[in-house]
Amino acid sequence: MASKIKIKTRLSDDVAEIKSLILHPMETGARKDPDTGELVPRHHITQLIFANNGEAVMVANFSTAVSRNPYINFRFRGAKAGDTLRVSWVDNLGGTDELETVLS
Amino acid sequence: MQAGRRFLLKGGAALALLVALPKALLAAVWPQKAFLSTDGGLALSALLGTNQTIRSDEITLKLPEIAENGAVVPVTVGTSLENVESISIVVEKNPRPLAATFEIMPGVFPNISSRIKMAETSRVMAVVKTDSGIYSTSKVVKVTLGGCA
Repeated sequence: MASKIKIKTRLSDDVAEIKSLILHPMETGARKDPDTGELVPRHHITQLIFANNGEAVMVANFSTAVSRNPYINFRFRGAKAGDTLRVSWVDNLGGTDELETVLS
Repeated sequence: MQAGRRFLLKGGAALALLVALPKALLAAVWPQKAFLSTDGGLALSALLGTNQTIRSDEITLKLPEIAENGAVVPVTVGTSLENVESISIVVEKNPRPLAATFEIMPGVFPNISSRIKMAETSRVMAVVKTDSGIYSTSKVVKVTLGGCA
């Protein structure tokens, strides 16, 4: 299955800018399925981790109040071309995904 | 300012119940108690060990004044404070006020953009934890169409 993580990186000097979009429903557990009228179970990313060359730079903890298809943008210092940035997430139902990209 | 303080003070009574978690335990563990709390003050207490924050002009909280769609409210939190350890976003009137908390490692610029859901018009608070204290600023966002939060 293709990764549901989309990432754009930009390196200027030793600063990496990360823009990432994760395809995930982020269900609150309070929404009713319009067809069945039943509640759609709570299903959301709990933790999203960015690691550069194996070292965590950012750990984002989410509740259901982060919008569907979570988006995050941040920058960090100390990056260089060739570094491997790894993005991974876990959700409350045990789902998980990861993606690696090389900074350039 | 006043509303923000009251919001914080509400959780004060529960402080006594809190057992301060060792810092190391919080790192890399999803702070369930904080996220499931239905009160913003209690959520902060569960997350940071206290709900008392120092208001700071050195935090910028960018949010729309009016959010037409509460399901997608763009938010940017930045700060010129140094040695930032975490940035958290609390939406006072959401059923579960703590929306997100970002653990900032050394080298990361304390400036983060994301998108959150807002159930209704509410004060939104950005809480920045540094090695010297816990700081905050807040802003009211009017929500036209509530996003199930």
